[in-house]
Amino acid sequence: MFAKPLGAATALALLLSSGASAETLTIATVNNGDMIRMQGLTADFTAKTGHEVEWVTLEENVLRQRVTTDITTKGGQFDIMTIGMYETPIWGANGWLVPLDDLSAEYDVDDLLPAMRAGLSYDGTLFAAPFYGESSMIMYRTDLMEKAGLDMPEAPTWQFIRQAAAAMTDRDNEINGICLRGKAGWGEGGAFITVTANSFGARWFDEDWKAQFDQPEWAEALNFFVGMMTESGPPGYATNGFNENLSLFQQGKCGMWIDATVAASFVTNPDDSTVADKVGFALAPNSEGVTKRSNWLWAWALAIPAGTKKEAAAKEFIEWATSNSYIELVASKEGWANVPPGARVSLYENANYKDIPFAKMTLASILAADPTSPTVDPVPYVGIQFVAIPEFAGIATEVSQEFSAVYAGQQSVEEALAKAQALTTDAMEAAGY
Amino acid sequence: MATQHARATARLMMAPAVILLLGWMLVPLSMTLYFSFKRYLPLRGGDLGWVGLENYVRFVTSSAFWPSIQATLIVVGGVLLITVVLGVLLALLLNQPIWGQGIVRILVIAPFFVMPTVSALVWKNMFMDPVNGLLAHLWKFFGAEPIVWLSDASLFSIVLIVSWQWLPFATLILLTAMQSLDSEQLEAAEMDGAPPLSRFGYIILPHLARAITVVVLIQTIFLLAIFAEIFVTTGGAFGTRTLTYLIFQRVLESQNIGLGSAGGVYAIILANIVAIFLMRIVGKNLDR
Repeated sequence: MFAKPLGAATALALLLSSGASAETLTIATVNNGDMIRMQGLTADFTAKTGHEVEWVTLEENVLRQRVTTDITTKGGQFDIMTIGMYETPIWGANGWLVPLDDLSAEYDVDDLLPAMRAGLSYDGTLFAAPFYGESSMIMYRTDLMEKAGLDMPEAPTWQFIRQAAAAMTDRDNEINGICLRGKAGWGEGGAFITVTANSFGARWFDEDWKAQFDQPEWAEALNFFVGMMTESGPPGYATNGFNENLSLFQQGKCGMWIDATVAASFVTNPDDSTVADKVGFALAPNSEGVTKRSNWLWAWALAIPAGTKKEAAAKEFIEWATSNSYIELVASKEGWANVPPGARVSLYENANYKDIPFAKMTLASILAADPTSPTVDPVPYVGIQFVAIPEFAGIATEVSQEFSAVYAGQQSVEEALAKAQALTTDAMEAAGY
Repeated sequence: MATQHARATARLMMAPAVILLLGWMLVPLSMTLYFSFKRYLPLRGGDLGWVGLENYVRFVTSSAFWPSIQATLIVVGGVLLITVVLGVLLALLLNQPIWGQGIVRILVIAPFFVMPTVSALVWKNMFMDPVNGLLAHLWKFFGAEPIVWLSDASLFSIVLIVSWQWLPFATLILLTAMQSLDSEQLEAAEMDGAPPLSRFGYIILPHLARAITVVVLIQTIFLLAIFAEIFVTTGGAFGTRTLTYLIFQRVLESQNIGLGSAGGVYAIILANIVAIFLMRIVGKNLDR
């Protein structure tokens, strides 16, 4: 009489014990669309491995502070952390992350895009597996472009962008030629002005780690940016970040928007965007005659803090979440437009994915970015829209605050650059450079 | 007989509470002091040895220090001014017998229960946004160019948001104080022909003095530490970096525990200076 349920229980117990013991993983992650989608699919992972997952979902800045505090104090709150390209090489160098050098053959680590793999490695060892990767590109309104009588080239210059932005601007109808990030913060406006400066030939530091804000390239880049935004930008752009610009663009209030390639799937989604069928894409611009474009490179990646007791289970999760089969799982449930992009070569060779309008430009943008050689003049650092040293986040946030004050008309470009130079020099001295 | 015995027992009984309170205060304080003399960079390997007063010197000589003190004082002063003045006026209004008094009072108190982050987000996105905000629509309705609140009038915006939150608190305290005022006194003054303004100035306001000092004291303690409103709206840009926010930047964004701790010690000193001033003023009022 009891045989059946007993048998079932035994079978279940056997099933669980076969794949090592079932663990509960605590994972810290960022609250963006792709990550939230992953949380919805956790059941698939639990069904396959028996491990349970507890999510700690946080806003980007808060996540960064929580995981940084946790890893520096050896808090051990998390078994897996979602970190970016900025943290990975620094933490890997400090020995705080478990090296991901023994991933299974079926995971196919060589399928990761080379730029992503390089950016998430330290000294040739992979320390975090990319969940998705992004670069930046131009998203523009094809209808407004046509109305302005202009044709967007595949690889435009800043000078063309400025001219096109002025032509598209229609203040009476609340259409701004161009929407760009001006919000203070190293990952917001700081990232954008850094890549813009790169594409004007500027750099953060010279080979001796001397700050370079006193150089003419920075003044040129900043003056250009401020001039263009004053002509054609939305009011109050000094407080606009990714989300603010996304909603402006979706409401049809921007002619062009240069931002993360992942935004392409949001602006072409007819459920959220009023301009979904009128969006074109182009490579991020450079200034005429400068070899570097203003593409950045970023990946959100999963890493295991050294010292976790659940390393084996954590690796299973990472393999599950960043694998090809996860991409197929998302595609089968939500469609190919919603799979996490930018991590694997094979995705861009997939016939199903080639039809996605922004796939080609996303790949081209990622390939155009080189984190090991981000600027025209040589630099001692790795990273395009950031400098992979621990002090950078603090310095760049303060520098971007000075720049935001320029955008708001509270100080001149010269004043801001002088302050940026002083505070960067000061902070680098404090750090012992 | 309240003997030595009884007193000893009483002390023994109180000891756990006192020790707990002391620990609560002393442990963080001494840790802050300890770290402030160290070069402590978590991302560079942690504790890198003693550095004497270097952190203190560096914190004060940084170009951000004096502007941050100024911003702190403006925010605290601005919010105190607005909440006390409007608080007195609102309390006067709410003290009138009106229809639906209970509901009106609850509505007035409501903002106090909204979390600071939430209220800051609501203000930022729904009121002060220069494109979609309510205030922008209002300005456009009258044909004016919308103000970009958070960058053009950044400190004022912060003061506004925080005042909105703390006004209910001031109103509540002042209203209860007003209700304790003997109405016969006011009637007598009215019969003697004292005009409303004089009644307010010579009877109501002196009666409220003590309540106002309590409001000022309690609010100052909390206002010196406001953080969420700045973090959510401007992120410390446009001159809204208060001392609290500067310490946050030093500790968490720059990952420099030593420097931030030195800033923490300065914050304690600033709070004490403000407190001493206030106590002087308040002390006079409370003695009467």
